[in-house]
Order: sequence, then C-alpha cells, then structure tokens
Amino acid sequence: MWRDAALMAGKDLRIEARSRVATNQVAPFAVIVLVLFGFALEPDRNFLQTAAPGLFWVAVLFCSVLAVQRSFAVEAADAAGDGLRMSGLDPAGIFLGKAAAVALELAALEALLAVGIVVFYSTSLTGVALLLATAAVATIGLAACGTLYGVLAAGLRVRETLLPLLILPVVAPVLIGATRAWEVALGQSLDDGWKWVTLLAVFAVVYVTLGVLAFGTLLEEA
Amino acid sequence: MAPAVRLRSAVALLGGFPVLAGADLEVQPGEVVLLQGANGAGKTSLLRTCAGLLAVVSGSAEVLGCDLTADRRAVRRRVGLLGHSTALYDDLTVEDNVRFAVRAAGAPTATVEPALVRLGLAGRLRSVAAGRLSAGQRRRTALAVLVARQPELWLLDEPHAGLDAEHRDLLDDLIRGAVAGGAAVVLASHERDRASALADRTLVMAGGQVVPDRRAPRSGRPEATSAPPEDASARLAGNFPSLDASEHLEAAHVA
Amino acid sequence: MTRTERSPTRTGTGNRTTRVLGVSALVASGAVVYFGLVSTPPDEVQGDLVRLIYIHPAVSTMAFVAFGITALASLLYLFPRTRSWRWDRLAGASGEVGVVFCALSLATGSIWGRPAWGVWWTWDARLTLTALLCALFVGYLALRRTGGGAESRAIRSAVAGVLFAAVVPIDHFATEWWRTLHQGDTLESLHPKIHGAQLWTMLLSFIAFALIYAWLMFHRTRLEQLESRLENEGLAYALAARRAEGGPDVDPSASSVSTAASPADAPAPAAAAAPASASATAPAGASASAPAGRQS
Repeated sequence: MWRDAALMAGKDLRIEARSRVATNQVAPFAVIVLVLFGFALEPDRNFLQTAAPGLFWVAVLFCSVLAVQRSFAVEAADAAGDGLRMSGLDPAGIFLGKAAAVALELAALEALLAVGIVVFYSTSLTGVALLLATAAVATIGLAACGTLYGVLAAGLRVRETLLPLLILPVVAPVLIGATRAWEVALGQSLDDGWKWVTLLAVFAVVYVTLGVLAFGTLLEEA
Repeated sequence: MAPAVRLRSAVALLGGFPVLAGADLEVQPGEVVLLQGANGAGKTSLLRTCAGLLAVVSGSAEVLGCDLTADRRAVRRRVGLLGHSTALYDDLTVEDNVRFAVRAAGAPTATVEPALVRLGLAGRLRSVAAGRLSAGQRRRTALAVLVARQPELWLLDEPHAGLDAEHRDLLDDLIRGAVAGGAAVVLASHERDRASALADRTLVMAGGQVVPDRRAPRSGRPEATSAPPEDASARLAGNFPSLDASEHLEAAHVA
Repeated sequence: MTRTERSPTRTGTGNRTTRVLGVSALVASGAVVYFGLVSTPPDEVQGDLVRLIYIHPAVSTMAFVAFGITALASLLYLFPRTRSWRWDRLAGASGEVGVVFCALSLATGSIWGRPAWGVWWTWDARLTLTALLCALFVGYLALRRTGGGAESRAIRSAVAGVLFAAVVPIDHFATEWWRTLHQGDTLESLHPKIHGAQLWTMLLSFIAFALIYAWLMFHRTRLEQLESRLENEGLAYALAARRAEGGPDVDPSASSVSTAASPADAPAPAAAAAPASASATAPAGASASAPAGRQS
C-alpha cells in the first residue's frame, strides 16, 4: 500500500512538474481571489485584517476543489481511468498517493496565500506554531476529503459541476475550525486554538480512514 | 493446464444494456484466438470482461484461475489490455509512462529499456510527452508497456489500427513471441487476412454472444472464413419479432 | 413489499397500509391545526408566535430522523451480507423526504426568527447545522440523479450517504463551539415555557409529522420499486433483443457451451493451422494440445 502510494504521489507530482497547471493556473487564481475580496470588502486596513483568516481559508477551499478536479482530470484523459484500474495498484495506495500529492500542492498554495494576506491585508503572522499546526491538519483533511469525493464523482458526465456541490458543504467544518484557530493565532480571539486543531485532526483522521476503506469500491464504479 | 480464459453464458451490462448476452469462450495458454464480428457485436466488451473491468452478472467467468464473479481485481496485474484508447498520461514522457505502468504492475523495471528498443521508442521519442505523439506512436508506447509487463493474457482490441506496415509486422512478431512464452492472446480485429494468419482459431461474435461452431479455417482459404458479420446483422430484422414469451421469461431470470 | 412485488398487475403506489397511514396523518394534522390555532392559548411573551412550536420542532426532528435513516440504509446497502435494493430505495426516498422537511424547518425557523429577533436569519448553532445538513443532502440527491448504471449509482450514493453521516458530528461540534462562543444558543432562549395543553399539542404535532413522513416514505419507495421494475423489464427485453441480433445461429437460451470451447476440439484448429506459417504455430500447437492434462 505505501509503495503504491509513493509511486502514485510521485507520478502525480511529476505530471504537475511537467504540465505546471497548479503553478500557472491555480496559484494565480488563488491570488486573484484574495484581491477580489479586497475589492468587494471595505479596503479599510482594520476590516481586512480582521477578515484575513476567513478569506484565506475560503481561497484555500476554492483551490482545493480545483486541485482535486485536476487530479482526476489527468486520470480521465484518454481512458486512463481504465488504466488506473488495470494498473494493479492497491486502491488504498492510489487514494493515499493522490491525496498526498493534492496536500503538497495545497501546502505550496497556502504558503503563497500567506504571503498574499501579509501583502494585501497587512496581516502580521504571529503564533506560528498554531498557524502551521492548523494548516497541516486542515490541509490533510481537505486533501483526503477532496480525493474521496473526486473519485465519487469521477466518470460522471457532470463531475465538474457536481464536485463543488459535494465538497464545499462537507469541508465547511474545516473552514470554521481553521479560521477560528488562525484568529486565535493572530491574536484576534481569546478562544482555545488547539481545541480547533483537535477537531480538524479528527476530520482528517475520519476522511483518511474512510478513503482507505471506500476508495477501491468507488474506483470500480468510476 | 487450466485454461487462460473460461467464460460460460457470461452476461455483462453496460449502463443497463446487456453488452454480453451469454457469451462462451475458452482460451488455452499459448493460443491465439481471433474475434470477429460487426460493430457492436460485443468484441470489446468480451475483452473488457476478461480484463475484469466489466462485472459478470450471470454465468461464470474464470481468467488465469481467478473467479471474476467473486473478485475482478486480482487478475488485472497479470492481464494486459490494449484498448481503443491507450491509457497514457499526456504530460508524462514515453519513458516515464512505460516506467510507471511497469512499476505499478509490480514488474521489474529492467524490462523497460528492451521494450522501448523493441518498439523503436528508445531514440528521440523516449523523452517526448505522450500528448505530442501521433496515434501510431501512442499505440507503440502502449505496446511497449505490454511487452515490458509480460502479462500472461494479452487482450488486444484492434491492435493493428493506426500502425504502419513496418510496425504491423513488428506487432505480429510480438504476439508470436508472447505466445511462444506461454501467454494466451485474444485479439479483436477487422483485418481478416493479417489477423487470421496469426490466429489458431477464429470466433465470430454477434448479439453479445460467441457464435458456436464457426471455426474459421486458416488464411490459406479465405473463401471459407466464417460468415461475414454483415450477414449476421442483416438477419436481425427478420428474427427479432419472432421471440416468444418463454425467452422473455428466461431472460428475466438473468435480470 | 414482497406481497406487492408478486402481483405484477398492480401499478399504483397505494395499498391498505398507506391508506390507513394517510387517513391517520390527515386526522392528526387536523387535530394539530385545531389545537394549535384554536384551542391552546397564546404565549404571555411571544403571543401567537408561540404557535410555531407546533410545527418547527417536529419538522426539524423529522428531518434529522430522515437523514439518519438514509445513513443507516446506506450502511446496510454497503454491508455485503445485507445488500439489497430495498436499502437503496429506502435511503433515496428518505433523503428526498428529509430535504423537504429540512427546507420546511429552515423556513419555519426563519419565520419565527423574523418577529422574534428582527432578522430572517440568525447564525444560531442549530440553524447553521440544519442548513449545512440540508446542503449536504441536496448534494446527495444531485448525486443520485446523475444516471449511469443502477448498481454503480446505488454504490456511489450509499458511500456518499455514509460519508455525510460521518461529518455530521464534526459539524455539530464546529457550529456549537463557534456560535456559543459569541451569543449562546438563541433558539433555546426562544423556547417558551410550555405546559398542559401546549405540551400535548406539541407531542401530537410530532406524531402527525411522523405519520406524514411514513406515508410519504411508503409512496416514494413504492415508486422507486416500480421504476426499477420498469428498468428490469426493459433489461429482460434488451437481453432478448441483444441475443436476437446474432441471428438464428446463436442459441437464444445461451445455455449450451460453444463447441469451440470444448477441450476435445481445442487441438484441432491448431493442427489445421500448422501448414500455414510454421514459425508462428509450432509453439501454439504444442501448448494447445495440452488441455487434455488440465486439472483445476
């Protein structure tokens, strides 16, 4: 399973390195979303600063949908979906590998977005340990959940439109939790930030486990 | 030795439509079987069923000793399927594609290089992205994967399509080589002369079934090859309304 | 269910059970309307607004029950030993009815909130959770409608049903911690002190909506059952037609084994092939004569 996961993740990252879709399309999209929030909201320093954690995570959510779409688009081109099934790879390994590749891409995008909120919203990044811990568990949860729903919708004619409808309500607790934890880290709230990290970790564990269990069944139907 | 493929009255559905309507097939290791039949007769579906991609909902199916009605996944590592589409990643190079497929199947990567050489992909084409290849070059890359993986059962769907004369001869050599190594080959082809020169047996498919007792003689006597598929489909119109109620009932059991 | 399946001529979705349920639901609803609007007194603080407790709590509870049943039925469908189309139908029907109840719950909550707080929507923990759940199951219904093979659709939807259920506890904590941090449970504070006739009427409303749920479920599952029977009959017909495509040469019963596949015949074509191209067929002929010795 782990060997297959490493093989799959390596393949997906190699495809990204060659095609540069995340770098050339998703990353600029993420920055544009941040700028658009600035247009839509009062370009008042304080307000944007207060809203920064929420806006950051909304942008990450949108990017995660795009990253998952891309992850399965490369498999669907020219019937590589059949290839995935015929490859003989362990389905749990495929799931972990694809989720890991999506998580790494998201982590890179988050780094970029963090620079974005510093530049555009004048946020000063404090409480780095809590920021990083939150980002790590939230990213794993988003990647696992997205990959699982990605294969659920794979092979359907309507998958581009169906996927956001399926993913976004499910990851709502990640948005709530990650935003609250970042508010604590940035000194905007006196809540217990690590409580939220725990909730995000539970979300991640639940979806990684369900993914390992259910991915094979769903891949057969894709 | 157990047969490589043994299907008995296999029924397979695709979106609720019975693409296989009770097909029988038995293929021995070291045998080349040619499937012929009109478009939509079920040739591709038969190959996909043998690869464990289509579920057998009725009847029995055993491939390389694996019962496909119980587990369709186990057999796939040992089967090579070359379909209409080539299952390559457009953004990866030819070599990366072959290497990934071979490692995924758990085969030793030492076979990659000879396979690339054999298919004439070891030169400039090695580092070209699969998305920039011509149809024939894609097919050769897919064949290189098969050669490197050395599956025990080769399922080839129109393998000659899109290949130039030189590579058609190469393909025939590859098939003969695989069979000499003990693999079984099932191929669907409209190229009757070329394919039947390869095949030990020719079977005709029609209506999702393998037409029984229609073994075609060798290419030496082309006039005696099995009935052209056009004839079979032409008879459809006359036969269809004559179905009686008992057939409906019999079919309903399957459903 | 099994009894109705045996009589192929029946095509309606009603039977004695549904008629009894329907009449009971009608009577119970009528009683709730009478007690709720006429018999019980208005609240001291909220006035006539309090009469929404005869709808809103019952409807929200039924929405949660319906989604719970969807999740449970999905799980039963996925579990190999209990896999049955019945669970798939039940999950789908309950999801649909649940979304209707969920929408009603959100609407009545909103209607209650407008005069009580002066806003249509408040980010109350329970309202937020209900809205999230509604969004999840709208997605579930969209997935059910995507077509494809019946079994493929059933497996996808069952997995989705279980996945949604798995996220609900997390949603619960997220909304709970999020909102109670700021303002406390507002709906709780809205709940008036109820007593006597009000309590009985509220209980009656739960019974009425449970009956309506059951009545809708019977009709909806029956409709799904008829739809799948239509598909199955279409399949039987398609199978017969598919075999007929092969013409008279193909054995329509497909019960006999093709002679080409019988072991005795297997060496024959290989032997016949020998003269054509010796290099190719020599190994083939050698191994094709092997089947006599096959065991397993």
